[in-house]
This record gives sequence, C-alpha cells and structure tokens, in this order.
Amino acid sequence: MTGAGWVRRGSGWVRRWYGANPLHLLTLLAAFALAGYAVHAVMAAGEWIGFAEWFAVAIIGHDLLLFPLYSLADLSLRHLLPGGSHGRLPEVKPATRGPFEPARPALTPPRTAAPGITPPRTAAPGIAPPGIAAPVIARPAVATAVAQPAAVAPAWPPLLNYVRIPVIFSLLLLLTFFPMILGLSAPELHRASGLGTGPYVWRWLGVTGTMFAISAVTYALRTRRAR
Amino acid sequence: MARRRRALAASAAAERQRAARIVRRAADTARDAARHPADYPPPGPFRPSTWRSPLRGLWLTSVLAVVLLVGLTIVAVTGLLSYAAYDPLLGSNDTTPGANLLKFYLFTWPTHPSWWYRVDQGVHITLGLALLPIVLMKLWSVLPRLFAWPPVRSLAQILERVSLIMVVGGVLFEFATGILNIQDFYVFPFSFYTAHLYGAWVFIAGLVVHVALKFPRMVHGLRSRSLRRELRTPLAGTQPEEPDEAGLRAARPAAPTISRRGLLAAVGGASLTLAGLVVGQSIGGLARRTSLFGPRGLSATAPHYLPVNRTAVSIGLTAKEVGPAYRLTLAGAHQVVLTYEQLRALPQQVVELPIACVEGWSYSARWTGVRLGDLARMAGMPEPAGALVESIQQVGSWRAVTLSDGQVLDPQSLLAVTLNGHILPWDHGYPARTIVPNTPGVHNTKWVNKITFLRQV
Repeated sequence: MTGAGWVRRGSGWVRRWYGANPLHLLTLLAAFALAGYAVHAVMAAGEWIGFAEWFAVAIIGHDLLLFPLYSLADLSLRHLLPGGSHGRLPEVKPATRGPFEPARPALTPPRTAAPGITPPRTAAPGIAPPGIAAPVIARPAVATAVAQPAAVAPAWPPLLNYVRIPVIFSLLLLLTFFPMILGLSAPELHRASGLGTGPYVWRWLGVTGTMFAISAVTYALRTRRAR
Repeated sequence: MARRRRALAASAAAERQRAARIVRRAADTARDAARHPADYPPPGPFRPSTWRSPLRGLWLTSVLAVVLLVGLTIVAVTGLLSYAAYDPLLGSNDTTPGANLLKFYLFTWPTHPSWWYRVDQGVHITLGLALLPIVLMKLWSVLPRLFAWPPVRSLAQILERVSLIMVVGGVLFEFATGILNIQDFYVFPFSFYTAHLYGAWVFIAGLVVHVALKFPRMVHGLRSRSLRRELRTPLAGTQPEEPDEAGLRAARPAAPTISRRGLLAAVGGASLTLAGLVVGQSIGGLARRTSLFGPRGLSATAPHYLPVNRTAVSIGLTAKEVGPAYRLTLAGAHQVVLTYEQLRALPQQVVELPIACVEGWSYSARWTGVRLGDLARMAGMPEPAGALVESIQQVGSWRAVTLSDGQVLDPQSLLAVTLNGHILPWDHGYPARTIVPNTPGVHNTKWVNKITFLRQV
C-alpha cells in the first residue's frame, strides 16, 4: 500500500473513532498543551486553587446565575409592559411525535418526514416529499405574529425598549463598577491613591437618570410622530 | 347473576388490556429514548423549545464574533506588550519566574516613542471595557448550545467543549480580574499580575483553537445576511434567521420585541458608553472631565498634582526618612553619597513625560531633575549595563526596579525633584523619584535612596 493510502486509512480510522478529522484533534491537543503549560506555571506559583476556583466561578456565575437572572428579569418586564405584549410567545404548534418534543422540531420534523439538516435515522422515502424544508413550519406563524401589532395600530408605541435599554445600560455600569459605586474598594483605593469612592454612586445615579431622560424624550418624540 | 359476573370479567379483561397497552407504550418509549436520546431531552433549558428569541442565529453570532476576534486580539496583544514593558528579563524585575517559555517573545523595552506605553494601556483598558457588552451578548447568543442534548456525541465534541471552558472561562476570568483590579478591589486570592498573565495564556490557547475550528462557519454566517439590509429593517420586518447547522436559531422563534438593528445599536451603545465614561483618564486635557468612571479620572485635585497608586501613608513614610537625614547613595565603580541639597545643586534638566499606569490612566507632566546618565558618570560608570533603583519603601511590590542600559542612558531619564514646577509632593516620591520615558508607572520608583549602576544585568 502507498504512503498516501496509509494516511487515508489512518485518517478514516481517526474520523470513525474520534468523530472529526485528525487536524481537529491536533489543533485541540496543541491548545491543551499551551493551556496546560500556563496552568503548570500557576501551580508553580502556588496559586492554582484560587485560580481554578475563580475560573469555575466565572463560568458558573455567568451561565447559571447571571444569565438566568437577567433572562427572568427581561421576561418579567416583557409581561409587565406594553410592547412586551407582542413579545408574548405565539403558540406555534410544535411538530412533535411522541410524549416529548424532538430535539430540533424546526430542523428535524417528525422522524418520518422530510430530511432536515440531520439526516433521518429511519429512511422514509415516499412518506413525505423530500422537498419540504423545515423552516416552512415556523415562519408563517411568526410572520403573522409580527404583523399583529401593526394591524392593531396602538395609539402609544410599545414602551418596552424605552425602559429596557436604559435599565440594561444602568445595570451594566453597576456590574462593571460596583466596587467603586458601592464603595467596596474604598479602603484599598484610598490607601493607593488617597482618593475616596464617594462620588461614584452619585455619578452612577446621574448617568442612569440621564439615560432615562434621553429615553423619555425619544419616546415622546416617537409618540408625537405616531399620532 | 351469571350475566353480571360475565360483564365484570369482561371489564377486568379490558382493564388488563389497557394496562398492558400502557406498559407496552412506556416500554416502547423507553427503548426509543435509549436509542435516540437526542429526542428525549430533560425538561428546561435542555428542550430546544425553551429558547425562543427570534434574534438568535448564525448571522448575529458571527457579527459579534468578528468584532470580538479583532477586539480581543488587540486587547491580548496590548496586554502581552505591557508584560514586555515590565522588562521581566532584567535583574529583579521578574515576578513570574514560572513563565519560562511564555517569555519567548520578550525584547528589551524601548524608551521611544515616550507615549507608547501610555497608548498601549489606554487601548488595553478602554477597549477591554468596550468589549464587555459584546462578550456578554455573544455568550447570550450561543448559550442554548451549552444545554445541547445529548451533551456528548463524540470524543471530538468532548474535547471541543473542554476547549470552550478555556475560551469562556478565560474571557470571563480576564475581564473579571482586570475590571476589579483597575478599581483596586483586590478580592481575589492570588496575585493579579501572575493570574492575569497566565489566565490570558489559557484564554489565548482556547481562542486560537476556537477561531481555527469556527472560522469557516463564521464567514458563512456573515455571508448569510446583508448587514446593510439588517440596518434598514425595523421591528415590523424583523424575521428569524434561517435555521443553521450550528443550531443557534430557535426551533420555535417567538415574535421579536426588538429589531436586529436595535439589538446591535443597544450593544454598540453600551460599548461606547462604558468606554466613553472611562477613556478620558487616558487622554487628559478637557477629556479627563468626561471620565466619570475612571478610577483616577476626575480625581486630580490641584492643577499641579497627579494621581498616584501608592501613597506615602501606605508605605509608612516618616519625616525622619525624608528630612535632613536623607541621603542618596550612588553605587558604581565607586560610591557617592549625596544630600538633598547636593542633589538639587547638580545640573537640572526639564522633561515633559507621562506617568502611565498599567491600570489605564495616564497624566503628562513637567519634571525637573538630574539625568540618570549624569549620575552614572558620577559613580564612575558612564556606560552601565543597567541600574538597580531602590526606594526608602521597605516592603511591597516594586520597591526596587532594574532599568536597562537604554533606559538609564536616555537623555530624558531623570531622577526628578520637581513636578510641574513644585517640589515633589510626598505621594509622588519626595525627595526624589525616577521618571523614565515609555515605562509602566510602577517602574518610575518613588522615594529613591539608592541607585546601583550595574556592569551586567
């Protein structure tokens, strides 16, 4: 067998056993080597426990704490405010086949239906015409849902984003500068610079107020234009 | 009676049959679930129908990705340059001796242009803050993938998910430590300098592999929609993206509450707001007044005064140490001891140089003092290989710094005794401090009482 043949056979074996091409594996191993080297240096510095903890807390804190919290806040706001009303989830009948929903209903319609991006496991030629692309299921429903508010023509434009955006800006500032705004870093900052953190809470409130004022003015202008 | 018994028996049989049917169906389901786990996700975020935002999709993720690719690369490069600016290869400067191979790129940090370090750190901090909203938005756009079911499909996928821990953990770790550090909020159980450096390398490793694996998909995503058309599409015309191979688009998208351009404007606006409320601390002049959240932004009190990041009080400096008993020792081929008056009687030079802190703030000022090169000649070593500058400060980081030959011999490098025409304030290193062009702030040693000119570093 030629050299190229061996390479092809080896690569085929890696693909079956590993689930991607050999280059994928090599790239990842190179990255792990570099990261491993850096982690080794952290261990040599005797700081790896705190380092690992903060890495884990960063991921968990964002993905499982911050994200659910802000999603929940956004959902609540959408239900409370006008403008969120047309954000209410329109019920699109899911194309389910069993007691549970399939993993990707829009992409993979019932196993017996047309092939989506993931090929059907049970080949079912003839049951459904292969031409039915999955997105067709979801799109018309959304289109009508979008059209709704225009048809109702509210006297007041949706308020949602005029509240949501300044709130997000304000909370983002707080998230970033909370040590100074809440005065948590006051002792260290004073020791280092001789300065206090007193003004920051007022600046934050001031910026927040300004954001809401700008938002209110924009909303008023839009309302006038709409009438 | 018999009829009743027969009827009862029949209904019992029907009951049994129904029970058998239920059991059979449950068994079927269980068998099917075992064979096709992807179709039976646990409830909650593992069900695709939980994720309803109509704006998630490959195009949006790709747009955010390309911004981060450029932005985070600049932040990483400016950060690594800042590490080089500390000249860890010289004498006692190295606070990360374990970095070994990670110092492969280091070079002797130049003294020109004198604004380089100032710009480098201004960009590192300001751009870093500007990227925070984009990082959060990018994570939002891909978060459903965290809960993809089944969690593991192949070994390749397991390894790729591990590499994502490096990317996501790395970016959050670097942003968190960096943002806390510029506010002097030292709550982390490690040295910032060490952890921020090694965390950066973990992140860079993850980022490189992430880009290598996803770049084609990002290009595909960017091509899938026209940015110009999106910027012209209001809420009423906002449609979900096409379903994508990455599974980013919601399976059952809800109606949008904000247009795609609205979302991009909000993220961009948040970016500009964060950066804009800080950047003045790195520019100076009138712009400094806009730096509402710069930790040293609006805080300069007297016009001749600059902020500091170490006060005389914090090192316990006493009047005795800087009073008439103060002596400056110059060591080289021979030793010279000078009083404060003798130092002031030496030929004085005036330079206009910035103090640029690693934390991003910088101030330009006029300094008067004696050239370090002149002091080297006095110590009998006109061409030293470097110098060890030591402070009255007894403990703490950066109490002694090794300068390179280029830094010692640069005509702008001074042992300064005045700041903007005033005798150095205590906090600025009275009686004397070094000021060297294009160095990190902490390499300009305050309260200097000894300079050793070195034959080799």
